[in-house]
Formats: sequence, structure tokens, C-alpha cells
Amino acid sequence: MFIRLKPQKFVTKSGHSKLIPVPGVVNSNVLNMNKPLLKFTPSSIYCPAADIHIDPWKPVDRAIITHAHSDHAKFGCKHYLAHKDSESILRLRLGEDISLQTVEYGEEFSINGVKFSLHPAGHIIGSAQIRVEHKDEVWVASGDYKLQDDGFAAPFEPVKCNAFITESTFGLPIYKWPAQADIMNDISEWWRQNRMTGKASILMGYSLGKMQRLIKNLQPFDGAVFAHGATFNLNERLRAVGHDLPFIPLITKDTDRKLFRGALILAPGSVLNTSWIKKFEPYSTGYCSGWMAVRGAKNRKAIDRGFVLSDHADWNDLESAIAETGAQKVYVTHGYTDTYARWLNEKGIEAAEVKTMYGQEEEAAEEEIIAES
Amino acid sequence: MKRFTELFLQLDRTNKTNEKVELLKSYFLSAPDEDKIWALALFTGRRPPRKIKSSQVQEWALELAGIPYWLFRESYGSVGDLAETVSLILPQPTEVSEEKTLAEWFSGLADLKTASDEEKKDFILKAWRQLSAFEIFVFNKLLMGSFRIGVSQTLVTRAISEITDSTPAIISHRLMGSWDPASTSYKELIHSENAGDEYSKPYPFYLSYAIQGTVDDLGSPEDWFAEWKWDGIRSQIIYRDGEIYIWSRGEELITDKFPELHILKDHLPEGTVLDGELICFGETKPLSFNVLQTRIGRKNLTKKILEEAPAVFIAYDLMEFGGKDIRNEEQKARRKVLETIVNDAGIQAVFKLSPLIDFREWQELKDLHLRAREFAAEGFMLKHKEAPYLSGRKKGDWWKWKTDPLSIDAVLVYAQKGSGRRAELYTDYTFAVWDEDKLVPFAKAYSGLTDKEIGKVDYFIKRNTLEKFGPVRTVKAELVFEIGFEGINASTRHKSGIAVRFPRILRWRTDKTVNEADTLQNLKALLSQFN
Ligand SMILES: [Zn+2]
Ligand SMILES: [Zn+2]
Repeated sequence: MFIRLKPQKFVTKSGHSKLIPVPGVVNSNVLNMNKPLLKFTPSSIYCPAADIHIDPWKPVDRAIITHAHSDHAKFGCKHYLAHKDSESILRLRLGEDISLQTVEYGEEFSINGVKFSLHPAGHIIGSAQIRVEHKDEVWVASGDYKLQDDGFAAPFEPVKCNAFITESTFGLPIYKWPAQADIMNDISEWWRQNRMTGKASILMGYSLGKMQRLIKNLQPFDGAVFAHGATFNLNERLRAVGHDLPFIPLITKDTDRKLFRGALILAPGSVLNTSWIKKFEPYSTGYCSGWMAVRGAKNRKAIDRGFVLSDHADWNDLESAIAETGAQKVYVTHGYTDTYARWLNEKGIEAAEVKTMYGQEEEAAEEEIIAES
Repeated sequence: MKRFTELFLQLDRTNKTNEKVELLKSYFLSAPDEDKIWALALFTGRRPPRKIKSSQVQEWALELAGIPYWLFRESYGSVGDLAETVSLILPQPTEVSEEKTLAEWFSGLADLKTASDEEKKDFILKAWRQLSAFEIFVFNKLLMGSFRIGVSQTLVTRAISEITDSTPAIISHRLMGSWDPASTSYKELIHSENAGDEYSKPYPFYLSYAIQGTVDDLGSPEDWFAEWKWDGIRSQIIYRDGEIYIWSRGEELITDKFPELHILKDHLPEGTVLDGELICFGETKPLSFNVLQTRIGRKNLTKKILEEAPAVFIAYDLMEFGGKDIRNEEQKARRKVLETIVNDAGIQAVFKLSPLIDFREWQELKDLHLRAREFAAEGFMLKHKEAPYLSGRKKGDWWKWKTDPLSIDAVLVYAQKGSGRRAELYTDYTFAVWDEDKLVPFAKAYSGLTDKEIGKVDYFIKRNTLEKFGPVRTVKAELVFEIGFEGINASTRHKSGIAVRFPRILRWRTDKTVNEADTLQNLKALLSQFN
């Protein structure tokens, strides 16, 4: 049985989506903690009633995937289900021949009498919160999410629930994101100055999510733009299935180096301190990440500019997202889990820290990846 | 404030000297004069005194941000800087206000000196409501008197001299001394040519580089003077208009700390500026730097201290004579006048001439160099006989030729996180040597490793922690480092019974196991050898 709910949204000037919850789907106070609808097992977030796993980090029979980042979408499951916009990336990363079924946002489906639907998480293209309903009880597993509308991923939509599983990658009050438009202006201005002095602008960030967001929002381009292989492959993959992204030429060893003067180079952070980067000399380096909010984090990387741009919710947005769900119980996964759970409890929202394997291979883990490269 | 904050951010973004100079130039060309003087004060290390306790700043910030203390500490742990943490947790500015200049903020802060806690709080909360996050960061730094910026005085001097068309020597001379930004104008300081109240102003010191390669490369020995390199406080003594001023190399006026030298007033000709070393002197030879250190920090110099640590000025150069700047005269000419001055003064007990070492061949000097520590010296200073007195660190005419540092192989036993940009890495280490089967800590050292090595050591520490005491981790004894130091002394304050001076990491001895590290016996042998 498929029921379509019409998602509603509108976006405020600051780029944060105003929260309009999916109406009338929660009968409160029905949280049955003796037989929880979702359980945290050593391999996944598991729904016993439907015998289905959400974002398992070990191979299982049936998995619902919130989004295509590698810490949430692991190799080796028999059957996958995800949002349709995740398909091309999942097949690229997990294998073209995986068994994968896709759904639209808000499209309901039932398994053993448990109702499921996916709702936009605003994190990256195709990212979804998983709504699970059984016997008047609603749980939402949010995966990773952000409230800022990034202009590419479908904007976050709050979903009313009894229990909410949240991330807490940036769960400290020092992390508050500037408006995206301001950051894009800063990046354009940095690029403009580098162009004037004949330098290449090497703009780094996570390949899936951050790069599409940059490509989308920096248009129309004021000069030549080139992509590193990792960025190029994803961009082409998404273009091939009809996403509205421009073609960005790939940098090869035959690309004429003269073309790099004043150009914008899009690349993953792993190129820092490698010989690959030398061919662009003279250049300036810029890095896009939520971690750039702290001067020390930027200075340790020995990059020229840090741009505070994150695909995760900041402190204020975590708070409003959680409040908007109306959940009686909150489970806190990757990030500052213990700190954030304590903060929620002190505010009178019952919360528990959950250890998962999430946050190992994306923005949450960038700090370490780069430190070791 | 906006303009200064912008300058700060831009300076923070670049490591390139030329870019920094350009940024400084454009600031000093465009900022209002009353701001420039404050910026100069901050850039030259004249930090305004702390106006408010950091505990108060913290308390008020928590209140405004609406977060509990423990959450603030967690946040601080991730940022590593108090002023920055506060600037990040505060809500967005809520009040629109007129832009105030840096000078206006400083004068507001100055008024707080006599204000009640309530008034202080009002002032600061108001500022926080009006300023942007980066401005709050800079404001907090000013507030807590902890402003530090990655710009050397040399760069500031260069920028100012380029925009004013004066030589760097003139500008650095003008920037020296004890001017107060609250009562000095930028014009007076930078552009004034009259010497009215400039009697106290020292000349910039000529700083030497360490010699590279061997002395044979310096050419003919008869072109060079050789003197012992003394291990004391480099200082300048000025006698002008009947007053004496003693300056340390750190541009600190230390006249009051050396009363026994005030007698020079009666023995120097008017208009004399001397360069030399302040050291403590026993019957026949200099005492170690530690003795001098015992009196530097004291507010009251008791009779006992003056007896136990008598100070002497060893003169080795003359910059001004008869009120005339003679820095462009040749070294040998200046030396000749200096000798006359010291001899005529006739107060050998406190005012000595740094002797020239008699040598004909470089080899003689090399032989003597090995025995430098016997003469309580750190090595030699070599000065070209025809050299002018330059300003700042310059290559070519003066060279320092230091003895090799003392060194010992020691074991890493404790580690602590660094601060600022190293806030998340373990970079402060304590080292120990073997005393039979126990490891006895004897030195703390920070610098000396490459970033890559620091990363590796940090990785080791995080996985080999035996115990935690507050911020300090006890680390499994496994890593061996060669620790160099400049001096060694007996100490009752240290468990090892030994204190080393200027310890630093020379290299990571990955080739040595923990059992091959040195012993306390080895350290004690160095102690008796060099004291
Ligand atoms: Zn993710
Ligand atoms: Zn994640």
C-alpha cells in the first residue's frame, strides 16, 4: 500500500527552512520501551517488528539507507532500499548490480505491518530521515541532517515522532553557521583576489555533498573551473541521471598548466600535502567545513582560508529540529554524543547517548583524515 | 574596530612576509591616527593591562549564552582559547550601534579601572550585543590583556618606514622606549624629529647570527676581533642629561633592578650609550646565569641578594659619544673610545671592558673555543674590525660562535596538551633519566620536533597513557629523545637535584631503546664538569 503525503516547505531569508511538521501523525505517549520499535544492535539500528536494518555497518539481508556517505551505506547487504536520488551514487560506490529498490520522499510502504516512509534530511542529495510507524508509535532515524537549504539537496522537513534519533556532529554551542550566501560571497571574493594576482584557487571539501553544493551556488562562474578525479566522477554520475549541474572538466596530466592561472580547482581535502597540488603553483588553498569555525582547526591544517560550510546541523538547528519533532525520547548518535545527551537531559528532554559506527568517514572525521595524510 | 579586526583576520590568514607588510602598510595608511597608536602599541607588545578577571568574563558570557559551566568547559576544550570560545558561544549581535574606533573602545576600557563590577558588566554585555563574532574575539583579547599577533616588530618597523620614507633604524628607534598609547599621538611618535623627551630612548640592538660552517671561511684573522660571549642579560646603558637608563634587549627599562650601577652617573661623560652584558660576578669570574636569575624577578632587592648576586656591566660597544650617534664609525674606532671611557671611569668592580682575545691563527681560537665553559662563557663573538653598528639581526659583520649545547638522552614520561593552535595535540613533554631502576624527571621541553613528529608522538601518547592527572598524562616509558640545554645547575627544588637551562628537544632517538637512555649519574657528571 502506497500513500503519498504532500511535503510542505518554505525557506526563510537566512536559508534555514522554517519548520512545518508533517501534520497529525503522532498519538503521543505511546512509546513502548519494553519492546522498542527500533533497537541499537552491534551492527545497525534495527526494527525487530519488520526485521529490517537502518544504515547497518555489517552485512545484513535488508537495509534501508539514509544516504550514500560511506559510513551509512556499507557494502555487502542482500537488499537495499533508499531514496531514488541516492541510487546513482550507491551503485557507483557499492556496485552496479546491487539489489536496490528506491522510493520518493513521503511515499509509504509497509513491511510486516510496520509503516515506513522517507523524508528529506537536507544533508546531501537523496538523504532521508526514515519514519517508522507501528501500533500508533512513531520513530524517526534522521541519519545526518542540516536545516540550511543548500540549493541542491531537498530541504529538511521536520517529522513529528515519539522517538527521534539525532546526530550531534557539531553538538557544541561554538558551532553556529553563517548564512550560506555570505560564505559563497566570501569564496567568490577569495577567488576574485586570487585571479587578480594570477593564482589558482584550490577549493577543498568532501566530494559527496560539499562539492555539488559549491558548484551549484558559485554559478555563474567568473572564470575557469576544473575538477579533481574524485569530484569529477561524482559530478558526471549525477549529471548522467539528470541533475542540474554544469560540466566541469577533469584535470589530467595533459591539461595545459597555463589554464590553471586564476582558475578554480575543486578537490577533496586529501590532496593537501601531496605532490598533485604542486602543478597549480602559484596557488591559494581554501577549505570548506564546519570545523573551520574554530581558528585552531584551520591553522593546524596549514591552509590559507577556512570557509565555514557544513552539511550538518549547527548547535541552534539541532535544537530547533529536535524541539520540532515533539519527541519524548531522543537518541544521540555520532559527534559530541555524551555532551549533547547531557545537555538535552538537563533541559528536560529525555536523551541517551548511542554508540554507532557513524561519523567515521565524512565531514565528522575530516580532522583526522587530514591530520594523518 | 571593524578595520582593526579585518587587519587581524587578514594577518592571520597569511604566512608570507611580504603580504603581511602590505596589509600593515594599507592599515597604517588608512586607519584614523588615534587608532594607529593603539595598533602600534599592540604590535610592539605593549599589551594593555588586564581590565577584568577572566573568571568574570566567563561568568557573564555563560549568562548571556544561556549555557551551563560544564558545557562551556567542553567548548573551551575544543577551541583552546578563552577569548575565542566566548566569541563563539555568544548570540548574534542584537543591537545596532555606531561603529566605535579602537581608541574609543580603549578609552571606554580605561574608565573601567575605577568602575564597580556592575558597571563593568554593563559595559561588556553591551559591547557583546553590538559587536560581530570576530570583533568580540579581538575585543575579548584586549579585555583580558592577552592580545598576541603573528607579526614581528621588524615587520611593523618595515611597513612604517616604507610608508613614511624613513630608514628602519629611525623607525625602530622611535618605537622603542616607554611611550604610552593613551598619552602619545601617532604623529608625535612616528613623525616628531625633536629629541625633547627622548633622552631615555635606546638604540636598536645589533643582533648576530650563529656562524655557519667554520671560522676559516671568515677570511683573514687579522680583520676580526674575538671576545667571549657572555651568558647574561644583553643591555644598553644610556647616560644623557644627567640621568642613567638601563634597557634590556627585551626593550624593558631595568634601571631600578641594578642599583649598584647607578654610580656610573658620576663616571661617564654626558651623552654616552653603551652596549654590553649584565652578569653576576664572583671574585674572579662570572657566576652562572642562575645567580642572576634569582634577583631579576624580585621586587625588593635586599642587602643579602645584592651581596650574593653582585651585578657587573661588561661593556663591548659604544653607540653614542658626546651626544653624537657614532654607530657608523668602524668597530675598531668605537672600541678605542670605549676603552678610554671604561679606563677613565675607574670603577672596575661594576664596570668592566669585555676583553679582546689575543689570537693570530683561527686554530688558536678553535683550541680555546673548546674551553669556553671554563671561562664561564658560551663561546665567542666575532666582530669585523671595520663594521658599523647595525640594527636588528643582520648577517656578515658580527657572528656568534657558541659552544655545542650540553645534551642527554632522556625518556618521555609525562605529556600535556599545548595551547593555541596546538590545543588538541600533546606537545608539552616532561623527560626523565634513569636513577637505578627508576625514572626521575629532570626537564620540560616543548620545541624542537617537526609537525610530522609531533603528530606521531601525539598518536603514541593517546594510545599509551597509563594515568591521567587533570591535563597531564603519564605515558608508557618507551620514547627516547636527545635533550639539549644551555646550562646546568644544582637545584633543591627539583626531584633530580638538577636544573637545566633552556632545555629543548634536539632530536627523536628512534634508534635507542628506553634502557639506553642516560642516567642521573651522567647528568651529575655534566654538573661537576661545568660548574
Ligand atoms: Zn553523511
Ligand atoms: Zn554520518
